[in-house]
Amino acid sequence: MTDVMDPARRLLLGACGLIGFFGLWAAISGSGLVAPTFLPGPLDVARRLVFLLTESFAGGTLLVHLWSSLQRFAAGYLLAAAVGVPLGLLMGRFRTLDDIVSPLFDGLRFIAPIAWVPFAALWFGTGFGGPVLIIFSGAFPPCLLNAYRGAKHVDPRYLEAAEMLGTPSGRIITEVLLPASVPSIIAGLRIGAGLGWQSLVGAELIVASTGVGYLMVQAQSAVSTTTVMVGMAAIGFIGVLIDVALRTIEARIHRRLGGA
Amino acid sequence: MSSIRFDAVGKSFGGGVLTLQDINLDVADKEFVAIVGPSGCGKTTCLRMAAGFDFPTSGRVLVGNSEVTKPGPDRAVVFQQFALFPWKTVTENIELGLRNKSVARDERKARVADAVAMIGLGGYENSYPHQLSGGMQQRVAIARAYVLDPQVLLMDEPFGALDAQTRVVMQEELVRLARLNPRTVLFITHGVEEAVYLADRVAIMTRRPGRIKEIVDVKSVRIAERWDSHSRIEDVMDLESFVHLRTHIWKSLREEKAGADH
Repeated sequence: MTDVMDPARRLLLGACGLIGFFGLWAAISGSGLVAPTFLPGPLDVARRLVFLLTESFAGGTLLVHLWSSLQRFAAGYLLAAAVGVPLGLLMGRFRTLDDIVSPLFDGLRFIAPIAWVPFAALWFGTGFGGPVLIIFSGAFPPCLLNAYRGAKHVDPRYLEAAEMLGTPSGRIITEVLLPASVPSIIAGLRIGAGLGWQSLVGAELIVASTGVGYLMVQAQSAVSTTTVMVGMAAIGFIGVLIDVALRTIEARIHRRLGGA
Repeated sequence: MSSIRFDAVGKSFGGGVLTLQDINLDVADKEFVAIVGPSGCGKTTCLRMAAGFDFPTSGRVLVGNSEVTKPGPDRAVVFQQFALFPWKTVTENIELGLRNKSVARDERKARVADAVAMIGLGGYENSYPHQLSGGMQQRVAIARAYVLDPQVLLMDEPFGALDAQTRVVMQEELVRLARLNPRTVLFITHGVEEAVYLADRVAIMTRRPGRIKEIVDVKSVRIAERWDSHSRIEDVMDLESFVHLRTHIWKSLREEKAGADH
């Protein structure tokens, strides 16, 4: 382990990992030992990906399905952040609210998002509302928990300084707890995005009538394993994009706070 | 009228360990009182009770004529570790107390500008605390307190975290501010010279459980010996009358420290 991570070295090692993976994959699928439908090769998947960009499958091109998934994701995720972060901060500030919400929350957060599928479909339908509820249930706990922990761990000196300056309780949340908790909140938003994106696609496998998950279910019925793999690759790729975007925001905020 | 009165104050923290015992101390309106004492004697706890961060187990702490029940801008605190908000600029840090008081925007700007000028930080209005030296940060904390025009200033070892040179400059500036614009000040320190140089009276505390052992009158000596005719701290500290008081307090404190070693 070196302390100083050389970026060029990291890129090289990352590329080695990817090349090794694709090489092994291509070698196994091209060896003739397995049927092409059992394990399609990387080139077949790539060709299928290009095909699906322009040709419709299961009601739309890949981009149409991705767009549909992203809309659901955005709705559920923003809802989770909009409810989770303020509620977490309020719980960190007001002991009574903490005592009321915590036991309920602690029980609910261990119920996996996929377990909500039957009721999500029953209450909100299989099109938009159901998947949104499922992604909400995946993204909400980390959003709330990290805001709560951030608020709980604010240096008490800042709270005392704010109180000494006559800051009203509501303003202490916006002027002290929120900015002091930003690193923790952003970490929660990153984890929430990951869990939300995962649970959305899982939900679409079961309840949606469009989206990447739906595309994969239809592909499975049609025994188009290359299409299933295109769906998997698209999920991974979009997940990385979401995380990179949030990491960039995180780094920018850290720089602005000067590491303080 | 804004005096501070500790009336038979006792304080024990969880577990019942007695920290403070029968503290009686009056800080008169516009008087500057320093409390010195060995580490852990509870002197900071005295200040925190006047600020409303902690409360006595027995007795009362009064500011003005009312008992302290919560923190408030009438009792501005300057903390040892500054406690500036790192996400706010110099201006925003100084301005928060005025915004809380709903001071109109134009007046706010004017008062913040005055405060910035007073502490000599012109040009740093939009800097963040981490971009400033320790001495500059503590000036901002002092401006943040002064801008509220508080009846009472509570200073908890405000120069303890600064290097020796910066501390001297800050001590001289505080004297200048205090003479220019007198306030009721309670000043906690373990620096005997600092206490004698700054304060009208110095209260000496015993080691735990902390009691007030002795209160030394500095002001009458300062006036009689014309300390204020010397603008530099080292000249004052060379005066025989200063050395005499300092030595007296040192000896008194030393008895406490020697006792603590057994």
